[in-house]
Amino acid sequence: MSKQIFNLPDVGEGLTEADIVSWKVKPGDTVAINDILCEIETAKSLVELPSPYEGTVLELLAPENETIEVGSPIIAIGTAGEVPGPGGANDGGAATSAVPAPSAAPAPAASAPTAPTAAPASSAVAEALNAPVPQMQEPGVESGPLVGSGPKADAVKRRPRKQPPTSPSSTVNSSSQQAVTLPGRVDSSAGSAEATPAPEPDTAVARLLTRVLAKPPVRRIAKELGINLADVPATGARGEVTRADLESYQAQREREIAAAPTFWEPAKKPQDQRVEVVPVRGVRKATAKAMVDSAFSAPHVSIFVDVDASRTMEFVQRLKKSRDFEGIKVSPLLILAKAVVWAAARNPSVNSEWVGTPNGDEIHVKHFMNLGIAAATPRGLLVPNIKNAQDLSLKELAVALNDLATTARAGKTKPGDMQGGTLTITNIGALGIDIGTPIINPGEVAIVAFGTIKLKPWVVSGEVIPRWITTLGGSFDHRVVDGDLSARFMADVAAIMEEPALLLD
Amino acid sequence: MAGQLPTTEFDDIPDALLDELESLAHDRGEGQLGMVQLLDEDGHFNSGSHFSEHAKRLTSDELRGLYRDMATIRRFDAEATALQRQGQLALWVPVRGQEAAQIGSGRATRPEDYLFPTYREHGVALTRGVELGELLRLFRGVSNGGWDPRETNFHLYTLVLAAQVPHAVGYAMGIQRDAARAAAAGRDSGAQAVPSPAVVAYFGDGASSEGDIHESMVFAASFKSPVVFFCQNNQWAISVPTEVQSRIPLHHRAKGYGFPGLRVDGNDVLAVHAVTEWALARARSGKGPVLIEAYTYRQGAHTTADDPTKYRLSEEEQAWLVKDPIARFEKYLRAEGYADDAFFADVAAEGDALAAKSRKDVLAFEAPSLAEAMSHVYAERHPLVEEEIAWHLGYESGFADDESAKEGGH
Repeated sequence: MSKQIFNLPDVGEGLTEADIVSWKVKPGDTVAINDILCEIETAKSLVELPSPYEGTVLELLAPENETIEVGSPIIAIGTAGEVPGPGGANDGGAATSAVPAPSAAPAPAASAPTAPTAAPASSAVAEALNAPVPQMQEPGVESGPLVGSGPKADAVKRRPRKQPPTSPSSTVNSSSQQAVTLPGRVDSSAGSAEATPAPEPDTAVARLLTRVLAKPPVRRIAKELGINLADVPATGARGEVTRADLESYQAQREREIAAAPTFWEPAKKPQDQRVEVVPVRGVRKATAKAMVDSAFSAPHVSIFVDVDASRTMEFVQRLKKSRDFEGIKVSPLLILAKAVVWAAARNPSVNSEWVGTPNGDEIHVKHFMNLGIAAATPRGLLVPNIKNAQDLSLKELAVALNDLATTARAGKTKPGDMQGGTLTITNIGALGIDIGTPIINPGEVAIVAFGTIKLKPWVVSGEVIPRWITTLGGSFDHRVVDGDLSARFMADVAAIMEEPALLLD
Repeated sequence: MAGQLPTTEFDDIPDALLDELESLAHDRGEGQLGMVQLLDEDGHFNSGSHFSEHAKRLTSDELRGLYRDMATIRRFDAEATALQRQGQLALWVPVRGQEAAQIGSGRATRPEDYLFPTYREHGVALTRGVELGELLRLFRGVSNGGWDPRETNFHLYTLVLAAQVPHAVGYAMGIQRDAARAAAAGRDSGAQAVPSPAVVAYFGDGASSEGDIHESMVFAASFKSPVVFFCQNNQWAISVPTEVQSRIPLHHRAKGYGFPGLRVDGNDVLAVHAVTEWALARARSGKGPVLIEAYTYRQGAHTTADDPTKYRLSEEEQAWLVKDPIARFEKYLRAEGYADDAFFADVAAEGDALAAKSRKDVLAFEAPSLAEAMSHVYAERHPLVEEEIAWHLGYESGFADDESAKEGGH
């Protein structure tokens, strides 16, 4: 009750942020309703904010000269007698009991005639008729918005739907007997209550739902900087990319680019200043340990195969166009993932684990597939996995891949997501690399590397024609997987990439 | 009557007034604005005008009332501006500086007259008895209107520039037809003496450039409709100065349509009142429309989303502050002994109380439910609307969070 928070209002029409130019009050000051608290600058104007509360200023919650989002708290005001400072008023809660104090606000001065100057010029008709044509501003020279009007854009907010969705007809009153259906949701709850895939959104809505959320100014800045918003980890309260996210992403990018020309240190410098010491911690440390454990305990054997992936590319294109997959990201990686699951079932040893026990070593063959996907993230290399990938339909797998990548890029992958993997795919082709020899993820015996797919001359029926070619690589723990088995597994994966229709068998 | 073209000689206007208006219109002296003025900047009364007699008829109570209204609406305007800055209103359209033009004209109307405002006529609303807090519903986004125009004959605010002016002329033409019908019936029954109402169409210098105004003036002139075109020339159409809008003083345009036009000092509440009363009386008597150009100044921003410092100089603003309508009238009242310190203190206290009450009202406004919001689409129940409400309620109930209980609103 005693502490009231004033949130930054939208003083224009549809503004999303403002800078506090200067505070006119400080903690301890007594303010009345409509006393000026601060001056803010928006995209449209410089305005003063009057106090909506009376009492004592407890705390200024926003610094000067920083961009504040509309709705952020800027000042805490306690009722009269409240002591400012830490612990002064901690009962929180922005009580909105703005009881106005009659006569608290001084009426504005009626007028202040101070500087009498010449009255507006003569309006003599002849003079006006001969006046020059008004100068219009040169297009493109405008310094900024003069004024603003237009619809206020409501904040985009994604609200969770009930699961399963209630039938709307239950709330329709009896006067309207017509069946009211929600578009696109008609079949989503039909029958299958077990696997609980997220209800598939309506196609028109889907595009909106999968669109990266960001406020217009942020979109504009991203566009100007040439940043794809989908690449920026979002930390906004509603999952939106904030200006701060964009700025930190850009700063990171700039650091990397700016560091390049100054990277080399001259030879005349002392040697120890030419070596940068980077402590090994966190993900780097974990990655290093895992790779050493794997490389020096599991004897790796790596094999490669070139694949004509043209049909996979066609298949992906068809999926992209299909209504069923509208709004879902589809890539060749999806087909490879499906192919790996399919091929592992035909060659089960690749989906297993070498386990050392006091009673001797064991091979644990997993009758389930937790498919790991290696992902480069802001935190480093992470390998989250898709649990029970063998149970997922193509579409469910596509959604799972998207979710996994989005979560990883946002740096929100949880430890549980990374445990219990049974087989891993690393998509080095995404970086434009043809192929490499991957190192097996500890606890697994096989890893598949997916090279880049590009048009190459290929011999078909004695003729050289351009085809979409990729290279698949696999590393296997020779303790478990012998050469012939690894070769059969890779050949099976390659077969699917060459002819995805085989998945139908 | 029929077939007679409107003339530009305006036979009905007394020679003395016509001479005064003509001499004002043709005054090319340096700094002359060619406008009717009864009170100068220092509050001195000019008794030389034809309109002086109108003003002299006002009682001291009426004079104090004019001041009270102007001071009240200025105080209310300040509170509403503050409420917008505090996030309680989506937008506010300040009236500061135009109080005399609005109070003077509004107080000159009769209860049976019908007024069509723009979105800035807060002062006129006060004179028509609209509860001021209700004005804020629209600006808080909880209503498309806010008051019942049938109670005060003060129409709802029109946000589309100039759109209300054809409505006003249509209403005035309707009055003419009602009167004709009543006259026909009256001949049968022998009854008579229903007061004949007139219409005021408010608009600004910016709207005067819109085609609606032209069409309205053509019709009003052709039918000699009982409408007064009241243009508040506040010098700025958002960021465009009046000189860019018109090469001649705006009121000169009336002659082209065939009715009288005059410019009045819009910061002189006595002159505005007198001129409007005269124009309304003329309209009521069947002599057709008048264009009044109230020459005034918007002291603040166009709306709270506007920043006038980006397009006009503070010297200009200072020059107009000297002409402030309220300060000028206060000087007059004090000099003539109509009001003392106690009166002004009283008015200030009343203004504060009204501001506090309005603030309380605004914070207590409740957002309409979806059903309420859609209940005005048709006058009667409509199956399509009901179906759409049902669909939307079903859609809303599908959300997992509790907020879905709230529908619509701001």
